[in-house]
Amino acid sequence: MALSRLSSRAKPLLQPLAFTALRRHISTDNTPLTIETTLPFTSHLCESPSRTVETTSSELLSFFHDMALMRRMEIAADSLYKAKLIRGFCHLYDGQEAVAIGMESAITKKDAIITSYRDHCTFLGRGGKLIDAFSELMGRKTGCSNGKGGSMHFYKKDASFYGGHGIVGAQVPLGCGLAFAQKYGKEEAVTFTLYGDGAANQGQLFEALNIAALWDLPAILVCENNHYGMGTAEWRSAKSPAYFKRGDYVPGLKVDGMDALAVKQACKFAKEHALKHGPIILEMDTYRYHGHSMSDPGSTYRTRGEISEVRQVRDPIDRVRKLIISHDIATEKELKDMEKEVRKEVDAAVAQAKESPIPDPSELFTNIYVKGFGAESFGADRKELRATLP
Amino acid sequence: MSAILQGAGAATSLSPFNSIDSNKLVPPSRSSLSVRSKRYIVAESNVIKSFGSGLITRRSKPLIANAVATKRENAASSTSSKPGHELLLFEALQEGLEEEMDRDPHVCVMGEDVGHYGGSYKVTKGLADKFGDLRVLDTPICENAFTGMGIGAAMTGLRPVIEGMNMGFLLLAFNQISNNCGMLHYTSGGQFTIPVVIRGPGGVGRQLGAEHSQRLESYFQSIPGIQMVACSTPYNAKGLMKAAIRSENPVILFEHVLLYNLKESIPDEEYICNLEEAEMVRPGEHITILTYSRMRYHVMQAAKTLVNKGYDPEVIDIRSLKPFDLYTIGNSVKKTHRVLIVEECMRTGGIGASLTAAINENFHDYLDAPVMCLSSQDVPTPYAGTLEEWTVVQPAQIVTAVEHLCQ
Repeated sequence: MALSRLSSRAKPLLQPLAFTALRRHISTDNTPLTIETTLPFTSHLCESPSRTVETTSSELLSFFHDMALMRRMEIAADSLYKAKLIRGFCHLYDGQEAVAIGMESAITKKDAIITSYRDHCTFLGRGGKLIDAFSELMGRKTGCSNGKGGSMHFYKKDASFYGGHGIVGAQVPLGCGLAFAQKYGKEEAVTFTLYGDGAANQGQLFEALNIAALWDLPAILVCENNHYGMGTAEWRSAKSPAYFKRGDYVPGLKVDGMDALAVKQACKFAKEHALKHGPIILEMDTYRYHGHSMSDPGSTYRTRGEISEVRQVRDPIDRVRKLIISHDIATEKELKDMEKEVRKEVDAAVAQAKESPIPDPSELFTNIYVKGFGAESFGADRKELRATLP
Repeated sequence: MSAILQGAGAATSLSPFNSIDSNKLVPPSRSSLSVRSKRYIVAESNVIKSFGSGLITRRSKPLIANAVATKRENAASSTSSKPGHELLLFEALQEGLEEEMDRDPHVCVMGEDVGHYGGSYKVTKGLADKFGDLRVLDTPICENAFTGMGIGAAMTGLRPVIEGMNMGFLLLAFNQISNNCGMLHYTSGGQFTIPVVIRGPGGVGRQLGAEHSQRLESYFQSIPGIQMVACSTPYNAKGLMKAAIRSENPVILFEHVLLYNLKESIPDEEYICNLEEAEMVRPGEHITILTYSRMRYHVMQAAKTLVNKGYDPEVIDIRSLKPFDLYTIGNSVKKTHRVLIVEECMRTGGIGASLTAAINENFHDYLDAPVMCLSSQDVPTPYAGTLEEWTVVQPAQIVTAVEHLCQ
């Protein structure tokens, strides 16, 4: 989807530039490239996938565009929160975009993804629109959950995106349930259940993993290890921070989560593995620039120096930018222009979302029960009895 | 409006009415009497309203000949006059489950020992052989995880029936039931429905000890988005099981450990019971007794004594614990003007407390006496038999309460 967006907009972008060297139009170029991942994979009870990743120039450009979009969306959410248009909790994903993007590129919309509350970018990756995201964040009727979910409850059923969950770790049994349903229905699809390094210590995770391994469910548990569980560093909360090994009898793979291509390779490998052999754990070594949420400054438990160092050395967008430039797919200026376009798009979506209507008061009572077979909250004024077979 | 009242009613709880000033109560007409024109106020000092004249007139009724009238109710509740077949309550549940699994391939059962073992109370006996291991799943002992898995599977369209071996074990799954089961339909803006059925036996059994005698309906009742029903006879057990499986909402079906061996004759043809409807067990005139699950039988036992003493209680098995069937209850209150709630929940924050609040809010004008609620004592259930007997409401207490209210 991002690709088509790119192709429809990149053309007018390029024409004024008139660089003859770029006549090989970025938008339609599918030159295959093979690129090495920055770090090798570390594996537990399985073989590592190869470090060489097959990709194309258009895919790299789409990575860049989509990650820039996600980054811009999160920054916009930051300013909206400070302007008190977004209330409550707002957990931002900037720094971790490569995980969402790499995963999307390896799977289809039939594969399910379920994640925790840090779900804005995952929603976007699944095909969610900016306007849906911003409306939901601001509690408007046009939001993806009609304004009733908020930042932590983004869902997109038609794209098999199951949310969006506020309680740490509670999505892991749900994810194994999704995998169970996929196995039950004999769909050749897998479920990616994302959780953080903080949730990796939840008991229900191990319970669910046991069942998934026992019943050979196509579940892939992805630990997005950003090294901090809110304010507690991983060395202070986990005796064994090798989260990919925590599955014991379940194979695991450690991946550099700031490298979108490595993530793509790992997810492709994991999907094949899960369909044949059952669950596998992926640990994505990633980092978040913001604090845990907007209420957390993010600098009381780590130094600003650490944050800026990661930003300089490991930033996912910069990595793809360097790849694009070194492979002559686009110039620096074109990428900057792309980022400007993205910024405009995000600003337009924010402006549109600000104008969106708030939900009606009657919406308070909708979607509590499903109407239909005998299920309404009646009170003293019920007029008739219903006890017929549907 | 009704939805708001429901919500408000369920959330509050009231302090018990322990004594009634009997001088102020108007006696019911038991013998031939003229039409009564005035009512007097109830004893509580904080009750302000008074009933005007000409509200509802009472006519006298002859003494009721047959005490319990069970045959009449069974005929009323079963839809046909054919004899049907006789079975025990757990067999009725199994029949309902099996019929639904035959009818819809999306229905599956998960729980501890439901498969090869046949279910700890034999409700799922034979199903694993018939439907296979993927549809009748033996889970390891991890309530939190397998309840969550059932809910996740339901999000995609499967219809799992999750069994807690004892309702008390579902406390471990409370997070999944409250946050995911109850709320996902709402927080996703209607995108996902969670058609799960969570069922299991609860209630005070025969000296099972404190942890295995819990009544979880009081803890679950405030969770928005779920429905709760309690079965009490083989007829409504099968009907409610089938209706719960077909419902698109998450339903918690409360069974009782001591009722599994009740025998009754149920119709051969397919039927379901409405999930939000209360069951009229015994129509009457003098007082409405609201009850559910096992206490229904204590009430009916007390009703025999009461009829011999000349009272005419109307007994309603409320069946639907969330939402309450205020229509049936309200019509009954309008008729009898006195309410006694007999339940097995604890006194504090139980179903009776919410029901008392709901009745007071909605039908205050029709009440002649304060709503009285007999519940279990606020103690962990002791092991010793005599002590255990006194934690739950006994028929003798029900008789005394009715006499008190109807003075």
